Amino acid sequence: MGTPVVDVRGLQRIYPLAEEPVIALGGVDLRIDPGEFVAVMGPSGSGKSTFMHIVGFLDRPTAGRYFFNGSDVTELDEDALADIRSRELGFVFQAYNLLPRTSAIENVALPMLYAGVPERERRAAALAALEEVGLGRYAHHHPNQLSGGQQQRVAIARSLVNNPKLILADEPTGALDVRSTGDVMALFERLNHERGITIMIVTHEPEVAAHAKRVVTFRDGHVVDDRAAAPREAVLS
Amino acid sequence: MNITTTMRTAIKALLTNRSRSLLTMLGVVIGVAAVIVTVAIGVGARASISAQIDALGSNLIVVLPGSLNQGGVRTGSGAASTLTPADGMAIAGLPHVAAVTPTVTVRAQVVANGQNWQTSIVGVAPTYPYIRSWALASGTFFTDADVASAAKVCVLGQTVIANLFANGTNPIGQSVLIRNVPFVVIGTLAAKGQSGVGQDQDDTIVIPYTSALERLTGQTTLSSMSVSADQADNVATVQTETTALLEARHHIPTGMPDDFSIRNLQDIASAAASTATIMQLLLAGVAAVSLVVGGIGIMNIMLVSVTERTREIGLRVAVGARRAAILWQFLIEAIVLSTVGGLIGVAFGAGGALGVSLGAHWPVSIPFTAVALSVAFSAFVGVFFGYYPAAKASKLDPIVALRFE
Repeated sequence: MGTPVVDVRGLQRIYPLAEEPVIALGGVDLRIDPGEFVAVMGPSGSGKSTFMHIVGFLDRPTAGRYFFNGSDVTELDEDALADIRSRELGFVFQAYNLLPRTSAIENVALPMLYAGVPERERRAAALAALEEVGLGRYAHHHPNQLSGGQQQRVAIARSLVNNPKLILADEPTGALDVRSTGDVMALFERLNHERGITIMIVTHEPEVAAHAKRVVTFRDGHVVDDRAAAPREAVLS
Repeated sequence: MNITTTMRTAIKALLTNRSRSLLTMLGVVIGVAAVIVTVAIGVGARASISAQIDALGSNLIVVLPGSLNQGGVRTGSGAASTLTPADGMAIAGLPHVAAVTPTVTVRAQVVANGQNWQTSIVGVAPTYPYIRSWALASGTFFTDADVASAAKVCVLGQTVIANLFANGTNPIGQSVLIRNVPFVVIGTLAAKGQSGVGQDQDDTIVIPYTSALERLTGQTTLSSMSVSADQADNVATVQTETTALLEARHHIPTGMPDDFSIRNLQDIASAAASTATIMQLLLAGVAAVSLVVGGIGIMNIMLVSVTERTREIGLRVAVGARRAAILWQFLIEAIVLSTVGGLIGVAFGAGGALGVSLGAHWPVSIPFTAVALSVAFSAFVGVFFGYYPAAKASKLDPIVALRFE
């Protein structure tokens, strides 16, 4: 499979609270290879969100090592991590997090701003990404003129626009109805299948996880289950 | 991410919240406009004060007779009869003295053209127009020959002409009776307006001082003398030398009070200038306070803005913004707000100053340094008061910021 996109070894994250330190991650070893579509599941407080934040360089491990795309990024400084985020990562959030009063195309182009891409290329790439998610004709709409499902697809376009190695999605369907959930998950599947983009999605809904090829379950800061996804019919029945 | 992109991002964010941006600027706009208007009026006022003083003759010193002490009763300055035309001749011989005129002042009822008028008769030397920077409107001024012969010639001020020759008769060549002595009008003075203390300077008739002494007062002493130094720098020297000369001529022993006094118009000028300076310092203080208040307004709104845009900041960090990029974005927003506020303030201030000059007929002038300084200061206000909110924004934890409701 080549170099793993994410390779964490003995990953720990301990919050030093006053009374008693909280152990969010108690030593996680996990490897995600290029082209995988991984769902991370687990109840609240299981450590799955902390894991995603560390994988996305928004948080740092207390102990353990993190190799991203083959290189050790554990000790990199904030600016270097910001640069990796702008070039190699895409984020999708539960609440979409689009900039208000800003057109879809400008929202999609935002990551390229920080990657130093010239304006002309930014617009072309943003429009291509919007077309990829089927929203090319909404390029100049503002978020408040779009439905929840459309907003989330704009957010997915934003996560793709830099051709990232990895897209991280944190409860991407948490705010959507059943139909929009289906659309968004179908989009993720297509991106994974057709473009070979590695995707890691954090969710607590088994129906959502069923779209992934691999399901990793967290409990109390440890990986307790890691298997290929059950065929979807089995979950639904 | 380079500085132009950051600047465009900041400007875009400001345009997205147009009305709030305008309201935020308002403090700086008003502050700078106030500075520009007050400076414009202050500079104009100072210029007109110095123009008035120049009109008096800025290199001028005035020698007045001293007070009398008769049996312990001391009269006021100018009451004694100690100055003579000979003193004037002696002063004219001093170095750095450009011109001297003896002055004899008399109030008298005058009659001409069937009208009468009481006015001030001033007996002077032909140097008078030069010393007072006073041009003729028509005719000629009298000459040294007229002085030598105590000629019965006179030059009229515009107020006198208006009162005696209201019917439009050309006064030149007409006869004016001053205390029943007929004087021929040989010239008229240009209008000079009010003096610095509100006196009508045009209400006067000028005649040779010898004529005033011999034909009107019957005395040999002068009311005063005006001495003009060749340069402003030499006024003090001329004053010292005139004092020494007159002390010698009047046989006043060292340490005894002089029987004359000398007034220097530069003292008045510098007093007026220092008043204007104090006024300007006061205005600068008011301006500084109003700009600081405007800056606090900017800081307030920027802090609100940082809180309101917490999720935006979290998102920008998540998609790869460095801390410095966030800091610069918010700092530039503050600087743009305060600088644009300053520029709008300059425009309003210039408009206000123009309004004052048109409405109140005050001279105004807007010095470029005032404009440059107030715009620079408002930019500085943006940096100073924008830094704290910007630093706060750049230090947000992206995980917390992304979840902020």
